[in-house]
Amino acid sequence: MTDRAILRVENLSKSFGALKATDDVSLTVMPGEIHALIGPNGAGKSTLIKQVAGGLRNDAGRIWFDGEDVTPLGTVARARAGLGRTFQISSLAMEYTVLQNAVLGALGRRGGAMRFFAPVMAKGELRERAMGALERVGLQDHAMKRTADLSHGQRRQLEVAVALTLEPKVFLMDEPMAGLGASGSKSMTGFLDGLRSEAPILLVEHDMDAVFALADRISVLVYGKIIASGGAEDIRRDPVVREAYLGAEDAA
Amino acid sequence: MRREAILNIVLFLLLPVTAGAALLLDEPFIITLATKAAILALAGVGLNIALGLGGLVSLGHAAFFGLGGYAMGILAAHAQSYTPLMETPFLIEGTKSMPVIWLVAIVVAGLAALAIGALSLRTSGVYFIMITLAFGQMLYYFAISWPAYGGEDGLSIYVRNGFPGLNTLDPIQFFAIAFVVLALALLLAGRLARSAFGLALSAARQNAERVETVGLAPYRLRLVAFVISGAITGLAGALFADLNRFVSPVMFSWQTSGEIMVFVILGGVGRLYGPVAGAALFILLEHVLGGLSEYWHVYLGLLLLMVVLFARGGLIGTVAGREVAHD
Repeated sequence: MTDRAILRVENLSKSFGALKATDDVSLTVMPGEIHALIGPNGAGKSTLIKQVAGGLRNDAGRIWFDGEDVTPLGTVARARAGLGRTFQISSLAMEYTVLQNAVLGALGRRGGAMRFFAPVMAKGELRERAMGALERVGLQDHAMKRTADLSHGQRRQLEVAVALTLEPKVFLMDEPMAGLGASGSKSMTGFLDGLRSEAPILLVEHDMDAVFALADRISVLVYGKIIASGGAEDIRRDPVVREAYLGAEDAA
Repeated sequence: MRREAILNIVLFLLLPVTAGAALLLDEPFIITLATKAAILALAGVGLNIALGLGGLVSLGHAAFFGLGGYAMGILAAHAQSYTPLMETPFLIEGTKSMPVIWLVAIVVAGLAALAIGALSLRTSGVYFIMITLAFGQMLYYFAISWPAYGGEDGLSIYVRNGFPGLNTLDPIQFFAIAFVVLALALLLAGRLARSAFGLALSAARQNAERVETVGLAPYRLRLVAFVISGAITGLAGALFADLNRFVSPVMFSWQTSGEIMVFVILGGVGRLYGPVAGAALFILLEHVLGGLSEYWHVYLGLLLLMVVLFARGGLIGTVAGREVAHD
């Protein structure tokens, strides 16, 4: 079997009581692409991301990652397998410096968290990897700041930097542009554009300019169901999508 | 130099200077108080790894303190009565050697922490507090109802256990032993906090989701921390029993767990020298206020209330300010 897809989601379902948050969703992420997931608020995008990352059990369906069935694995094992997730609401160790957060990511990538004596922040491989990731997102000058003292936008950048230290095989990004402002959003768009050659991205994003500029493929999620999937032009023209989602913006 | 670093040096020197001065003034009782402070600080250093670094509010550390105490009591009792602990399937004899007793205390307390932690760490928050408390109380009632080793009356040891090359009955020499053990534990705890393990453990306290997302399992980190923490507190229990030449079920009681936690909170949760400051202050208050009134715990309670309300970082936090992220 030749499965080129890095990430393959098959017939995934999840209900909360009577609410079908994820309803028979199938999608793939191929090497080198950005696959954007869009949909109105409450469509189930974050639920889907959480299921893919391993934080939520599926009612039905399978998830394949790099040819392996990761359905029974939890968050930790999937992260180890190479899923690099960023959160919609920044999820960082707030007491730590920016650099410590990045070193934590590098430690997760390298392993060896059960080393009890050597100072982890000493100059070396972990610190270099962490600094490298911070430089790539433009946070190198803030490395020694406490994370709690960062601006909202800088925390978003740090989320991405930590994901970079993991050197994942696929990124799962939940609204990396949220709250970045116009110029921040633009530079993040440029950054993600380059990132796809390192690892494909499953991108949840509300910023439609960014989505249409970046995405190789777009899937539209409404009430937990994928109602359309295709290239940017196909999605723009799709009458079902226009009605369900973009229509509201056209009218505005 | 950072204020906390200076304060740490002062705290480190506080006990040996006190003991040294007491030696010159021929006040052996003060030396014993300093020894007690060093041993209780050691118990706090153990708890601080779970509580401060890992955010694990254990109200059951008396279990490890008591197990260390009974490890000493049982081994020494058999040695002084010349009866073996067991003969089948193989012979185990008692011992009066401190290093052997310490090793047994560390292993027994560590194994108990592994078992208790493996179960308790599946819960969190107030359930974790209650389950650790329940395990501690279980051992307390077990010790009370087990007549072989004194039951409620406890066990007396006539002569303090020996350490090669030293006279442990000499107060200053026993103080030196306790202080060196404390210093080694502080060295270990300091290295631990700055190690890869410490970084991951403390991150799991701040944000478990973050740690999982980078591929590290919080449960494993916490369990290992709990074992190290319990083992150190167990070692303190063995020394404490040796100081008093007596063990009783009180060492297992939840009040003991509470007192160890008080040292950590008074001194500063998560601060390396917090337990030293807390235990020294506790002993000082017990000695000074205890001389004035039988009900000195009232004042201790007031002080604790003030610290919790107005000085969240404890003594060290008040003097040195917010913890500076290392490196």
